[in-house]
Order: sequence, then C-alpha cells, then structure tokens
Amino acid sequence: MDFYVLSSTFLYITFFVYLIATAFFGMTLGNNRDENKKSKATKLAMTFTIIGFVSHLTAYIFRWIEAGHIPVSNMFEYITFFGLMLVLCFIVIHFVYGIPALGLVALPIAIVIIGYGSMFPQEVSPLVPSLQSHWLYIHVTLVGLAQAILAISFIAGLLFLIVKVDQTVKNKETTFLEIIIYAVLSTIGFIILSTGFGAMDYEATFIKESDGYQYEVEYEMPALFQPNNSELMTEDHFNSGIETPAWMQGIDAGKKLNSLTLSLLAGLLLYGLVRLVLKGKRVGSYLQHKFGKINPDVVDDVMYRSIAIGFPLFTLGGLIFAAIWAQEAWGRFWGWDPKEVWALITWLFYAVFLHLRLTRGWHGKKSAWLAVIGFVIIMFNLIVINLVIAGLHSYAS
Amino acid sequence: MDKKKKRLIFRSVVLAILAGTLVFVLIVNAGSERPSLQEGVEAPNFKLDRLDQEGESIELHDLRGQGVMVNFWATYCEPCKEEMPYMDQLYEEYHDQGIEIVAVSVDRNESVINNFYNRLNLTFPSTHDRNNTVMELYEVVNLPASFFIRPDGTIERIVRGPVTLESLEGYFNEIRPQ
Amino acid sequence: MSDQSIRCECGHLNKEGTILCEACGKPIEGNQHIDGNDEKHVLEMRYEGSARRSQTYKRTFIDKTWAFFSSVKVGVWLIAITLVLSALGTVYPQEQFKNSPLPSSQFYAEEYGLTGQIFYQLGFHNMYSSWWYITLVALIGVSIIIASIDRYVPLRRALNNQKTKRHEVFVKRQRLVSKDNELNEDDVNKLKENLKSKRYKVYEDDGHVMAEKNRFSRWGAYVNHIGLIIILLAAIFRMFEVMHVDDYVWVREGETRVIPSTNQEYYVENTGFVYEEYDPETQEQFSRALEDVEDPVPKNFQTNAVIYRTTEETLPGQEPELEEVTRGEIRLNQPITFDGYALYQAGTQLEAEYDSMSFDVQLNDEVLGEFTFYSDEAPPEFHLEESDIMVSVDDWYPELEFTENGPSSFSKFPRNPGLIFSVENPDTGDSERFFYLQEDIIPLSEDNELVMNVTGVDRRSASGLTVKKDNTLPLFGLGAGIFMIGVVQGLYWYHRRVWIHPKGEGIYHIGVHTNKNWYGMKQELEKITEDTNVQEFEDQQELK
Repeated sequence: MDFYVLSSTFLYITFFVYLIATAFFGMTLGNNRDENKKSKATKLAMTFTIIGFVSHLTAYIFRWIEAGHIPVSNMFEYITFFGLMLVLCFIVIHFVYGIPALGLVALPIAIVIIGYGSMFPQEVSPLVPSLQSHWLYIHVTLVGLAQAILAISFIAGLLFLIVKVDQTVKNKETTFLEIIIYAVLSTIGFIILSTGFGAMDYEATFIKESDGYQYEVEYEMPALFQPNNSELMTEDHFNSGIETPAWMQGIDAGKKLNSLTLSLLAGLLLYGLVRLVLKGKRVGSYLQHKFGKINPDVVDDVMYRSIAIGFPLFTLGGLIFAAIWAQEAWGRFWGWDPKEVWALITWLFYAVFLHLRLTRGWHGKKSAWLAVIGFVIIMFNLIVINLVIAGLHSYAS
Repeated sequence: MDKKKKRLIFRSVVLAILAGTLVFVLIVNAGSERPSLQEGVEAPNFKLDRLDQEGESIELHDLRGQGVMVNFWATYCEPCKEEMPYMDQLYEEYHDQGIEIVAVSVDRNESVINNFYNRLNLTFPSTHDRNNTVMELYEVVNLPASFFIRPDGTIERIVRGPVTLESLEGYFNEIRPQ
Repeated sequence: MSDQSIRCECGHLNKEGTILCEACGKPIEGNQHIDGNDEKHVLEMRYEGSARRSQTYKRTFIDKTWAFFSSVKVGVWLIAITLVLSALGTVYPQEQFKNSPLPSSQFYAEEYGLTGQIFYQLGFHNMYSSWWYITLVALIGVSIIIASIDRYVPLRRALNNQKTKRHEVFVKRQRLVSKDNELNEDDVNKLKENLKSKRYKVYEDDGHVMAEKNRFSRWGAYVNHIGLIIILLAAIFRMFEVMHVDDYVWVREGETRVIPSTNQEYYVENTGFVYEEYDPETQEQFSRALEDVEDPVPKNFQTNAVIYRTTEETLPGQEPELEEVTRGEIRLNQPITFDGYALYQAGTQLEAEYDSMSFDVQLNDEVLGEFTFYSDEAPPEFHLEESDIMVSVDDWYPELEFTENGPSSFSKFPRNPGLIFSVENPDTGDSERFFYLQEDIIPLSEDNELVMNVTGVDRRSASGLTVKKDNTLPLFGLGAGIFMIGVVQGLYWYHRRVWIHPKGEGIYHIGVHTNKNWYGMKQELEKITEDTNVQEFEDQQELK
C-alpha cells in the first residue's frame, strides 16, 4: 500500500468535507441563537466537521506511517498539523460553548491555512541529524497545539469584531477589518495561482549571477519581478523585465517577491470582485449583517479562555521545552536565533494581553484587536521567519 | 510618622538594591570579554622538552632570576620566521646579561621545526608545544606572540605580532635583571 | 496608626487610602476615584479595594519612583518596548550569525545598504547583549518586584480581614447580583448545602452568609512573577565565567587533545568519525524528496570518543598520565557527559586531511622498496630495508602553497600535503629528487633514473566539539517550574465568593464575585441556586 498516495487522497477529501461543513455553518446564520444550537444545520455542519477531522487525522497518520517519524519536519507538515489542531480545538470549543457562528469563521480559516500549507513541497523528507530527537515530537507538536489554541482566540476575536465593529460609518476599525479580510483573500489568491500554474506545469528558468557564481532560479508563476542580475532562459514565457532590488538577500528573493506581489494583486482582484458583488458595500458590513446577533460575553470568554490555555502551553512548548532541546542539541538553551526571538516576542505579547485584560480591564473590542495582532505575530514567525529571515529553524532551505 | 519613615526606608533600600544590581550587571556585561592574562600578573608555569638538546627540558619556574622572552611561533607563520634572526642576533649579547629566550613552536611535526632551526643556525632553546597546551594556557590565538617576563616571574609586556630589532632590544632592557 | 486612618461605620479601622472597608466592604467616602468606582456601578474588586501604598504617598522622589515601577501600565509599556526592539533586532542577522569575514563596521553597510548602516550604527547588530537591552529587561524585573510587593501585602491584609457580614452597598454593587429575593429557611439551607457541595467554605455570622473558595488562586500572579525573578537572577549568575564553560575543540581521527576550559584536566580522543547519508534506494519513502535535492541529505554525524582525565597534576607542556573516564558516541542531540561537562557534536571537516601517503621506489621496473609517510609523525628519513637505500624527506609542507619565495606551508594541517624526497640511486650513488603534490609524483630532474609512485593515500576527518558546562541550569529550571506553577494556579482556579445578605423579613440580596471566568461562574450559580427561589442573577457589566 502506498501510504503517501493514501495520505494525499485523504487530505483532498478533508478539504472538500470542510468546505461542505462551512456551507452548513453558513445555513445556521440568521436563526435565533437559542434555536440554532439544536438546529439541523448546526448538527449537519458539526457532523461534517468531525468527518473532515477524522479524514484529516487519517491522512496525518498515514503520512506518519510512511515517513517513520512524526510529520512535523517541514512547512507542509507543520502547517497541516497546525490546521488539524485548529479544527480539533474548534470541535472542543463547540461542545463547551456551542457557537455555530464561530464555525463559520474557524473552518474557512482552517481551510485557507491547510490550503496554504499544501502549496509547499509535499514529499516525505528524511530527518536531518539535528531533528533526530524525541524533543521533535514534544516541542513541535506542543507548539502546534498551543498556536492553534491561540489562533482560536483570533477566530473568536474576529467574530467579535465582525459583529461588534460599528459599520454605520467608515472608520479605522472598519478599515482594519477590511485589511484582515483582504489578507485572507490574498492567501486564497496565492493558493489559486499556485494551483493554477502548477496544473499548467508553468516553469520559467532564470540564470542569476551573484558574487561571480551562476544560479538557476525556477519560477512557477509568471515573472513580474525577475531575479536581480538575471536572464530569462526559457523563451515564450512572460517577463516584465523589472528586476528585484539588489538589497533583497538570497538566491530566491526574486521568486518570493514575485509570488508575494502576484498574490497581493490576486487578493486585490478577489476583493474587488467581492465588493462588486456586494454592490460596493464593505465586506465587513455585509458579514455583520449576515452574522446577526451573537452573545458578545460568550465570544469574549472564548477569546480569553483560549489565551489562558494557549499561553501556558506555548510557554511550556515554545520556550521551556525548546530551551531544553536546544540545550541537548547545541549545549546552549537560548541563543537569540531569530526564531527564538520571535517565540519570545509571541510570549511577551500574550503576557501584555493578559496584563491588560486582567489588571486594566481590556475586554471586548480592545481584547479582540489584541487577539488579532497576536495571530499576526504567530503567522509572521511561521511564515516570514522561516522563509525570509532564515535561522537555525529554517524549514525551507 | 514613624510608620511613614519606615516605609520610606524600606522603599529606599529596595530601590537601592535593585539599582545596585543593575549597575553591577552592566559592569559585568561590559567587562566580560577581557582576557585574564594581563601584563603585571604572574606568568603561568610550563615545562617543555627541548628539541635542540635531546633529553633536556625547560621549565619556566627554573628561570626565575632571569628575564625571559617566551615566543610563540610556527614554521607556517611568515612574520614569525622574520623576527627569529633578530632574536638570535641579540641573544648572544643579552644572554650573558641574564636574558633567556624560549621559542615555543606550535607546529605539529618536529622535523619541520628542526629543519628551520638548522637552516638558520639558531642558538636559543627550541621547544615544541605538541598538543598546544601551553599556547592555550597563554591564550595565544594569532602568531607570533611574545611574552616578556621579569626576573620575579611576572609579565612585563605582551606583544601580539612581530617585533623589530630595535623594539626587541628595548623589551630586553625592560626585563634585564639589575 | 497614623491619624489618617479611617474608621468605618462597622467599627473597623482602615489604613489611609483604603477604598472598600477591609471588614464590611462599604465604600469609603472620598476614595472612590482611586479605583474608578465613582464612575461605575460595579465595584472594582481587583485588589479588594485595599490601600495600595503606591497610590497613596507620592511626596518624595523615592515614593514617586516606587509608584512609577509599581504601575502595571509602566510594566506593560516596558514589555511592549522590549518586544518591538527585539523584533527590530531580527531584521538583519546579529553579529554572531553574520557569517562573513568582513568586520561588522563594513558588513552591514555593504550587505544591506543604508538600512544596514543604520542597523549597525544604532547598535542593533549586538542588541541582546547591549547595555540598553539589558537595562530594559532589568527594568521589567524591577517593575515585577515592586509591583508585586506593592500589591501582595495589602491584598493579603484585605483578604485576611474580610468579615462575613458585609455592607448592603458592597453586596449590591457586585457584578453578579440577585436582589430582593424572598427566601425561606429551606432555601437558605439549600443554598448553603449546594455551596458546600461545590467545595465552598461557608461562613455564617448573624444570618449573613459568605461562601468562599480557591483563595490561593489570587497568589498565582505573585508566584509566577517569583519564577520570572529567579530566571532573571539565573541570567545574572550566568554572566560570571565560573558559572559556565563554553569552548570548542577540533579533534582529528586518532588524535587525543586536551579539552579546553577544563584546567587541562580532561582529554578527548577521537577514535573514529562516522558520516552517513540517506540512501534513496534503501529508504524508498524518501526517494521523492531525495530526487529533488542536488546534495545528499546527511543522516548521521558521529564522533566515537574516549574521555580521559589526568591522574596527577602535570605541568602544562608535559605529556600527562591519563585514565579513561568514559567512552561513547557523540551525535547531534546526543552529547557525551562527564563530571558536569558535556561535549556536543558541532562541526566536521570531512576527510579534509591526509593521514598518510604510501609510496614505492622502482628502478628499471623493479620495486626497491615501499614506505608510508604518516603526516603526524613526519619522520625526516626512511630506510628501505629490501634494498638498503635511504629516502630522506627534504621538505614537508602540510598545506602546500606557492609564494614568491617558492613552496611553503599555509598551516600545519595536512590538507594539501607536499613533500620533497631525496632518494639515493644504488647504481650511480647519486641522489635523485622527487616532488609529491596532489597525490602525484613529479621528478625534479629529467635525468632521474629512479621512479617513485604513489601507492595509496589515507584521509581522515576532523570533528568539531563544543565543550559546555552550565551551573546555572538548575536555577533556570527552578524559575521556569515556579513560573508554570504560578500561571496554572492563577489561571485555572478562580477565587469565588458568594455573599447572602439578609435585609430582614425574609428578603435577601445575593452578591457574587469571581476574579476570573464570569461565564463559568454563571453556570456554577445555576447549580447553586437549583431548587431554590433565587431569581435569575443580573450581570451588571455585560458587554454591549
């Protein structure tokens, strides 16, 4: 049996089942909140969520069997694990609090996260010596779980903002909310572009000269920005002739800038389309209208509780266990590696969150905005630090 | 009023301790990269086998009463090889005045040291720091490095880098026994 | 007691600056602005309305400084500044990671342009050990200590002094209240019973009931801050060199070297270096990934090591007597430990050096003899016994390079060995010279009748090991442990109190306070008021 193929198949299934679940969550909207707790749509949505989760877990286990080690050793594996934990947390939260509207935020975010992770190379790669440790199992999985729990606070915060931000006039809050929506759409744009051009087998090769060496850079999307000091080798491929600025470091800097720009443009296009469909209405305003009423106290409580659980787990997994592993692998428990610094930043940020909430009474919207910023920091550490500011932890070499 | 006074004293003491700790930490932090071997301290003792005289060895302690130049060098170090003739030139004159030179080679192979010594007909003691233990003891990183030690065993001067004929003569005069 | 202390109508004498009477909880007139109670209906219960000293005395410089550091707002600002600076420090690599021979003064400007120059000028290239970063972290420490002292003492006092009997205003101005309940004795008893079954301690005084549980949760914040202070202290101790060892040593295969920073007491021998790669043939599951990369993926870096200790004090420079302490395999993630020290696999120079080169000497297709030159020994001559001829090593260049003065050696390490041999020709008696370089022999004269050949070479690897010892680890561990205990204590238990206040004639007010998790409190109240006539509780502070 080819577990690799099986695992991929189950991941595809998961993807579609989550989409179906999202659709059912959509149907729970507009109902009276007491009724829809028991409504058919909610039940169906949760059933599909759980089926999706089981399928996702199956994909994960098959991959584990295939690799012979826990699949958290590269970007694809870590991000899909993160998505898996996110859905798990949502299921748990649902059985405690039962807020269907939360599912309508959580599942799309989970889908986008899993989709984004799937754009990274999916091959099962062997463990390099530095990762051969039982701490890989403990440290990485605990961080994944902790970040997923912290992400729940973002999801609750986002729901809170969608419902509570005053949409009658345009203001800072509505603008930031639109920016969050735009960021999600850009990620979707990236997924569409990667999948689309991947299906077309698009490949443009550049030869880049740097420090007297020649490097081959393969673009899988049309080149809006070509690498600095490079030449297109494959003819009949689009090339704008704009070079990536020289101060951007790394052989793949041009490729990364190109993907980023194209994704942002695609996001803009998607956002424009959505606004067009909504007849110019702000997306946040439309969503507020659709989401209707929620109990703000309960959502606020979900937000706080997920941080109250996520923060100690992150401290344990992301700082304490990380330090123990670093001590065991390199003999220094802390080395100011960028990834370590950003783990500290994450920790400091949620410490600020807790102080402001517990001693200065930052509840509701203020808290929700902080939860959003916290998630931005986590995503920054996961994506930008790994892909741009490479350190010892760099997954994408 | 008594209570208020107590409180003020308590607060002052706590703040003073905290401020003191901070200043202390900053001083320790600023000074953390200073090497421990300095001019003025006692030169650590060592004992090395001589290459120029079979079976003999040389121990720094035994040279008390004389001014000693300990010179770390290697055959692959060009500036080291350039200063060797100066040392030899002055050795004859200053040896009688109570100056000893210990050339410590940090090469791997004896043969290369001997080849060089014989080629230049050097006369001062030649030793071989096989495992670089003495080099490490003297915190030598770059070659050449010379330590000028007073007759009482303390370091007069540390020279990191090559010496010239004139400067060497000056250094010898600094450590010459009276 | 100073004359500013305030006597409440219940008779309790409160300290100056008290907001809610320690005993009965009645708001003390004139002090309500301190906690903002004058603007809200619900009483601020965070510090039980106790007299935080920093809020009271602000006359002298010391008091002002104290009040400054005691403020949570200041603490949060300090954390926020640290956070932003830490983030800025990751924009470009720190000096220790810059991986370039250029000095920092040039590196940042040349590599990253103007922004790099600014980064360097601001000292961000060495941020985490700079005086201002350390000061910032230290100020956070100061803030933690002072804020904790300033809150812990009065809070403890207030909680110890609280009375079962509370003032009506206090009960009615709690966040969760149920006012004017008509309750009979059975109801009150049922409530007490339910509270007890929920593990509340129930106190009674003159018909007034107070139920309390999990007061220890209030100390969680102080416990976790103590943990942080211990970690900061550990970091201070670690600044002293005696507390930790951090060194590096290269050991070649077959070599025994002194371990630096151990007072020349310990030696390590490298008995063999093992390097393995993943093989796509035998591990099929990785074949897809391995096809994609050009370089092979390493599987194992391993040094087989023996650790020795000197048996007696030896003078530096003398060969010591050694006894074995331990032996084992050092791999990444698997250091070898001995007497508090640990050696970590940190670097490799894979087969970078020549251990030996073997030669034969022939004359007219007849082998006159063979010999092997070991680079560590580098003997000056060889005697070929079969033919009784001498081979002398005229020159030995471990790392051969050509300079203006002819061949010379760049270092003492045999990475590119060069040898000049003189071999006597048994027929003519003449000396014939040969040059060995790059695994090849070049006769130095065209008239050479002898022929020299390279019959084999043997390479070796060098292994880089970091030497570590850290006496501060237990202290860091202790601090981290206490921090976690404090966080769990403070976040997962809730200090909850229920006051049942008889107004007389069977009318009762019930006030409820929990320090956290009001949602959970409301659920618990449903259980507590089960089968009683208590009306639904009103949340006086629901989010809009």
